[in-house]
Amino acid sequence: MNTPKLIRQLGVSAAALVLAGCATKPYDYTNFREHPPRSILVLPPLNESAAVEGTYSYLSTVTRPLAERGYYVFPVAIVDQLLRENGMPTPGEMHQVPLSKVAEIIGADAVMYITVKEYGTKYQVLSSVPTVSAVAKLVDTRTGILLWDGKVVLVQKSNGSGSLLADLIVAVVAQAVNTTSDQAHNLCGPANVILFTKKDQGLLYGPYHPADAASVQ
Amino acid sequence: MKYAWIWLAAIALLTGCAHQETLYTWGHYEDQIYSSYAEPGKMSPEMQVEQLEQDYQIARATNKRMHPGFHAQLGYLYVQLGKLDQARQEFATEKADFPESAVLMDRLTANLAKQ
Repeated sequence: MNTPKLIRQLGVSAAALVLAGCATKPYDYTNFREHPPRSILVLPPLNESAAVEGTYSYLSTVTRPLAERGYYVFPVAIVDQLLRENGMPTPGEMHQVPLSKVAEIIGADAVMYITVKEYGTKYQVLSSVPTVSAVAKLVDTRTGILLWDGKVVLVQKSNGSGSLLADLIVAVVAQAVNTTSDQAHNLCGPANVILFTKKDQGLLYGPYHPADAASVQ
Repeated sequence: MKYAWIWLAAIALLTGCAHQETLYTWGHYEDQIYSSYAEPGKMSPEMQVEQLEQDYQIARATNKRMHPGFHAQLGYLYVQLGKLDQARQEFATEKADFPESAVLMDRLTANLAKQ
């Protein structure tokens, strides 16, 4: 693809974004391009929500979108166990692990630090609204430089029927069928997809993704 | 050939990315990780191994690649079952499929000798 053509295409997509009212500035990928990681270690997330299961529910959904983006993602349960055995029993302690130790024990190019901000259900007048929000940052293991950071808020929309009584019955039944934990857990996967792949805000493609060569040039 | 990916990208753009091909087969991996924390002990290591081995057979039959961490996790479960030769083999497969895992796989393999 020649350069003017690429610029024209970028111009068109930029115009489309402006028209769509999407005024967010593209992420600055300078550091990311200078230190492109091949492998990512995902630490068990810090959990600021009231739900104790937030950490591991969220952790179990991070691998897939990262790997499908083209990165090698270290097996999260093994890493968790290894860090516990090395004197770090909680996510709080794991997030303090020196980068030199990550390089030595695991050999990761970059570390993903995630904080779950909200996990669970917000109660409103008629129904409860499952919500998940998180912030994440990716740090280069060798230099400690921040490569990328992002955040996501995902709220499950429910459609009311227009009838108060029907809505009440639906709300009761829905709560009986799905525990709130399951509902929040089901949002974690989609939240990660948005977080890591959102246009101009997500991660660049990694080496195992066929689009990688195009994104690095 | 040099322009193959550009063509693929162009086709993807033209078709609106409606057909999203995944890079890997995922099987029951995420479910197992989740349930092992949410309901520890609900699935025995034997049952987890059986499920993952089935996922692997299906992937092989359909010519799909297993995801990063699959063989490592399977090996980790084999360690829990005391099947160290199988564990060693899975760690070696993970390392061969994804050389990025070499430091960790070498460490896990070395730990087997201490058992």
